[in-house]
Amino acid sequence: MAIDSDVLVVGGGLAAVTAAVAAAREDADVRLVSHKSSTLRQASGLIDALGYVPATEPATPLREGPPTAGRELDRDEWPDPEGPLADPFAGIDRLTESHPYRILGADALREGLDLFDDLAGDAYRGDHTDRNALLPTFGGSVKPTARYPAAAEAGIASDDRPMLVVGFRSLTEYDARAFAGRLEAAGVPFDVAGAEVAFAEAFRADTKITRVAKALDRDEPIEGTPAREALAKAVAPHLHDAVDESGGVDRVERVGFPAFLGDEEGTEVRAELADRLGADVFEIPMGPPSLPGLRLEDRLYDALDAEGVRFETGNPVVGIDAAADGQIETVSVDRKGRETPYGADAFVLATGGLVGKGLDSDREGVREPVFGLHVDQPDDRYEWFVDDAFGDQPYARFGVGIDADGHPLDADGEAAYDNVFAAGGVVSGADVAREKSASGVSLATGIVAGRQAATEATQ
Amino acid sequence: MTRHTDDGETDEATETDTEDVDGSKSKTPVPGVPEAGRDEQPSIFVPDDGEVSDETTSPERPATDGGVESATGGSDSAELDPDAYDPVDVFPGGDLDLREGADSCYKCTSCDTSCPVAEVDEEFPGPKFQGPEQWRLKRKEDHDIDESITSCSNCMRCDDACPSSVPLSQMHNEARGQFVEEQMEKLSREYIRNRILSNYRFFASIASRVPRLANAVAKIPGAMTLGEKVLGIAGEREFPEFATQTFREWWRERGGAQVDNPDKRVAYFHGCYSNYNTPEVGKAMVRVYEHFGYEVMVPPQKCSGTPMFANGMLKDARRHAETNVENLVAAIGEGADVIASCTSCSLSLRQEYPELFDIHGIEDVSEHTFEALEYLRIHEDLETELAGTELADEQSFAYHAPCHARNQGLSRQAVETFRDVEGVEMEDVGDSCSGISGTYGWKEEKYEKSMEIGAEMFEHMEDAEGDVGMTECPTCAMQMEHGTGYEIKHPLQLLEDTVA
Repeated sequence: MAIDSDVLVVGGGLAAVTAAVAAAREDADVRLVSHKSSTLRQASGLIDALGYVPATEPATPLREGPPTAGRELDRDEWPDPEGPLADPFAGIDRLTESHPYRILGADALREGLDLFDDLAGDAYRGDHTDRNALLPTFGGSVKPTARYPAAAEAGIASDDRPMLVVGFRSLTEYDARAFAGRLEAAGVPFDVAGAEVAFAEAFRADTKITRVAKALDRDEPIEGTPAREALAKAVAPHLHDAVDESGGVDRVERVGFPAFLGDEEGTEVRAELADRLGADVFEIPMGPPSLPGLRLEDRLYDALDAEGVRFETGNPVVGIDAAADGQIETVSVDRKGRETPYGADAFVLATGGLVGKGLDSDREGVREPVFGLHVDQPDDRYEWFVDDAFGDQPYARFGVGIDADGHPLDADGEAAYDNVFAAGGVVSGADVAREKSASGVSLATGIVAGRQAATEATQ
Repeated sequence: MTRHTDDGETDEATETDTEDVDGSKSKTPVPGVPEAGRDEQPSIFVPDDGEVSDETTSPERPATDGGVESATGGSDSAELDPDAYDPVDVFPGGDLDLREGADSCYKCTSCDTSCPVAEVDEEFPGPKFQGPEQWRLKRKEDHDIDESITSCSNCMRCDDACPSSVPLSQMHNEARGQFVEEQMEKLSREYIRNRILSNYRFFASIASRVPRLANAVAKIPGAMTLGEKVLGIAGEREFPEFATQTFREWWRERGGAQVDNPDKRVAYFHGCYSNYNTPEVGKAMVRVYEHFGYEVMVPPQKCSGTPMFANGMLKDARRHAETNVENLVAAIGEGADVIASCTSCSLSLRQEYPELFDIHGIEDVSEHTFEALEYLRIHEDLETELAGTELADEQSFAYHAPCHARNQGLSRQAVETFRDVEGVEMEDVGDSCSGISGTYGWKEEKYEKSMEIGAEMFEHMEDAEGDVGMTECPTCAMQMEHGTGYEIKHPLQLLEDTVA
């Protein structure tokens, strides 16, 4: 017999969780199946909606024929992307027609963000306005984002209070002084200094950031001094490092750390450091391994539990088990070598894009491996990409096309199955890296797919 | 690793074409693209005395990167087909080629982030190093395996975390086996201690002949201190009590199965702990399954190998696996699926067996093995059965999902199964590791780390409403009891109280 539910969500990231909660709130019995631990742990924890509208056409027309990698392209021929956008909603109309925001409408994004605000609660900020906030990132750039962790709040770039950025010699992927220099070069409206301090030296050079977070969580003694106190002591001599316009000393009012200030006890760790330093303390979102991503994952999976969603991670959905009359009836889940049927009245595919492995590719083509859905792509693989690494890469928009209800489309532009909906990175049309729109696309497509799936299942 | 499910056609190609060391079906090489595995030293675990190699296939057989070792050709059929067969083994005759796995790593460090040991022990370089990076390093002939491999507790969380399906635990198992075999001093206290810990079954079988005496000895003041001084076994731990009657003794005494049903048969892999220490779990399994009309078989069996893998004792594990596979394949031939009540046992039979050994029928065992509650949730309408049931004495449980359950997608099954039972409150105490990881927390030098890893779970258990713990894994249960003093039960025992 099959393991049954009203709605089966395939995937474990932001889009999958959003769809599952949205469906559960429409009174559907929901099950979520994810192959691996959620990829949220690789995410920065920032919730971007739309930061830029990148150009899709060069300033002057290209020569005849398709854009191919072999063609020399003058980078100056490409207009700069429009942005950073102050208001993500205002930019939607200028996206291409095949963009999920255009297909689903601005309300889908708005409702998706509302649902996120509800799930994230007091752990997140930014829901007081439609406008983007500017947050410094680990790379030293400033990023427009719609929602951000409370832990990152004091780092906001539109704030003019002087800032100290702290780094550690042992954390090689991050140089605090270079970071501060890049922020200044970006023209931020505050004085900023970077300082490398001795704290993480107490640990081995290649210590995992989870180790440092754990030490701060538990306030373990570092050479006899409790970890939080030791960290504050290391930072204190640099509180006057920032120099104001007239060359005078400027006591900083906020101090930024790499995002490893505790895991479970993060709020307490930040509060104690702030108290000891007499300045606000914030975290700078990082790439993987990302504690803000892990914390978000914990929070969202707790929400799944609270909404009554059943979920399991560890086994992949490998294909369709039974389908009839334009409907999928059961899918196969590979439980360590044994395929087990899972039945549902409606399905949401939220397996991610090329990086999340919701799309599979080789030299022959790009495929959606779970349901075998149509992925629109040029036949010639030299047309999948262009020379300019930061240019308008066709592959970045590859995925499954959707209609206004979130149904995936077949090669003729018709809904492939009546009871299947797609959400997140697997959906085509958005260039999320250039637009800074990954989370917003997941939220907008996730809420539509989840609701439509619940409607389909319970009607 | 990809586990090919092709039928026997690969095997002819590999028998004849020795160039084709990666075992792939002869694809035409694309110019400029190196063929995986071609320029590699074979990744192979060679026992120095070669005692096992005679029993396996010819040493000339070329390598494969995984394959079907199936007596039934990988189908559900019970017909044995000796030709359906594609070797993979850490021993000579079918060496592992983990190149594809190493190449799949894109350095996202999700594995490191999920590693419970790296979180408390900065001397441990983490699964990314132990797996793909070390695998590359040891392509060089003169490169030793880094000793830190022995600090990996084999919780296998990295497998579950890797978005790219890099076979991390398989790489760790192979490296650890090689380290123990080639670099570890066989007369060292550590080796002897690890050998003893991993061969728990051997010592338990002796102790359980005189269970009362064994229990009394373990309680003699200073006995555990002596164990620590002489052997390096953590003195803080209390040795598990031996049951006065083992599960198998009980099974014989009751006259075996009480239900005959050729259509619904299961072979119970009770493992060592349910047999020698907690036969009540085994009894609960039998009663619950008989309640659902299953004929329970209890085939002869040895250790699943879990503690041996964790200590690099691959030869011991292999020896036990041969007995297990032989007897379980026979049961499968009689129409049974294999059921384990310990999630480490089921994971071992399902994943580590086919990943590490080339034994006839091992793929069939893997495909036919399930965890006890999982199987019922798939094959019986547990939801309807449990709806409206009531537990006579209201009880809240603090449930911990073992890492090895997590890896099989089972971390939520207990919470979800009992959600609708009246009088049962089941609280998930979070996704941290219990810290004991089988034998890891029994080692003197690891004890404190083990308790640091477990601290989060202990706190959450104490915050939870219930004062009875619940888990599927016997060593997690030991740790939960050790850290909180709670009584710990297995979900099967609760299911027995609810339905049987």
